[in-house]
Amino acid sequence: MTTSPPKLSPLHQQHADAGASFTDFGGWQMPVRYSSDLAEHHAVRTAAGLFDISHMAELSVTGPQAAEFLDFALAANVSALPLSKAKYTMILDEQGGIIDDLIVYQNAPGEYLVVANAGNRAPVVSALGTRIHGFDAALTDGTEAIALIAVQGPASRSILEHTQGLTAAPESAMGHTLATLPYYACTGMRFHERPVLVARTGYTGEDGFELFVSEADAASLWSALLEAGQPFGLVPCGLAARDTLRLEAGMPLYGHELSLDVQPVQVGLGRVIPLNTKSVDFVGRDAVVSGPRPGARVLVGLQSEGKRAGRADYAVFQGDSEVGIITSGALSPTLGYPIAMALVDPAVSEVGTQLDIDVRGSRIPATVVSLPFYSKEDK
Amino acid sequence: MTDLTALKYTAEHEWVLVDGSVATVGITAYAADKLGDIVYVDLPAVGSTLAEGSIVGEIESTKSVGELFAPVNGTVIEVNDAVTANPELVNSEPFDAGWLLRVEFESLPALLSHDEYAALTND
Repeated sequence: MTTSPPKLSPLHQQHADAGASFTDFGGWQMPVRYSSDLAEHHAVRTAAGLFDISHMAELSVTGPQAAEFLDFALAANVSALPLSKAKYTMILDEQGGIIDDLIVYQNAPGEYLVVANAGNRAPVVSALGTRIHGFDAALTDGTEAIALIAVQGPASRSILEHTQGLTAAPESAMGHTLATLPYYACTGMRFHERPVLVARTGYTGEDGFELFVSEADAASLWSALLEAGQPFGLVPCGLAARDTLRLEAGMPLYGHELSLDVQPVQVGLGRVIPLNTKSVDFVGRDAVVSGPRPGARVLVGLQSEGKRAGRADYAVFQGDSEVGIITSGALSPTLGYPIAMALVDPAVSEVGTQLDIDVRGSRIPATVVSLPFYSKEDK
Repeated sequence: MTDLTALKYTAEHEWVLVDGSVATVGITAYAADKLGDIVYVDLPAVGSTLAEGSIVGEIESTKSVGELFAPVNGTVIEVNDAVTANPELVNSEPFDAGWLLRVEFESLPALLSHDEYAALTND
């Protein structure tokens, strides 16, 4: 285990000046909240929130065989990914277990950006470093040099359009504007003549953007976004709000829903593995074709009444039988009732099944519901 | 506004206001801040007997669960129904409207002074 002190974001001083509380996350000291995590959560659902997610790992893959290497190393069909498009995927081990969930962008012709979770940076870099042998490709870990800022919420596009110094980059081969940039795509822009990669991605269930920028430009971009966002209700948001937002949106978090012990199909991510269209071999393919062992638990949504939420690691019962375990849970700020994701026995995974959560000794009834709990289209 | 120097404290981040044989108990602003936005408070029933150091309630935020420890031996004579209905009072006024319960006690254990508690939370 590492005992080194947590890394600091290039925006650390901005957060400290804003009065943020910090938490250690994935080896980084990051803002957990600025004032109220509920207010931050609601701002993202109704206006917009600004997140520093510079702890995320940015790995660059280049070279003539960059796509072939990633086809082998990742579950995705990377060679079919067009320029400027992004793909949510996984890196699997030989047993089909999830080393990490990732987003891969073709961010320049023939070049790929792989964004991994902070806590999995070392295992992902290690696995990619092993799997690259024999390919004419290069892997560069740019995490320390790159800051990542997310603007999330219905007002996100307006805020970016009003941000001083953020302009189109005619030299970008991708050539999207903020208005035409599709979901899960990226384009090059400029911030005061410096390059910034703008992606329409996020982890909140709202429209939004993620901006990759040199760590040297992070503070001025953060300030410009905050200033542009003020009339739109933009507030800086910490990891607490990020977690309740992604939970409502049914998005998995590594170490909770995802781990080496589960295959993608168990957590509803079988669609991410293109077994029918991907002809080349990739690490974990045989295992995911065989599938998990019979009776392996599957991920479901649970909804309860009242205010007491089941939380990660709480047991789920049907009668006297323990049938599952909660992976994430909270009192949903948007919906007002407790929600949870849980890995449960397949026999009790049907929507509508009545289960109980053991909340520190008392049983709280819960109903299996479909994911996500919240969708912006339903508003 | 409560005079914080007149209160006693525990290492579990509770404050105790002693008035005769009645102790009013709450959690400190430090504890409320650490928990984040409080969304649920579970308090013991009026009339229940508390044993010092035992878990007698729960304070839940969106992110985590804090346990409420009994700071004294005694009997619960009143609970703050306002915080059960509006748990955010614990965040907004932890030392005033966000008090949790009143306990009738026979003897007080050793509690921390304001300075001792401030030293404990000086991080």
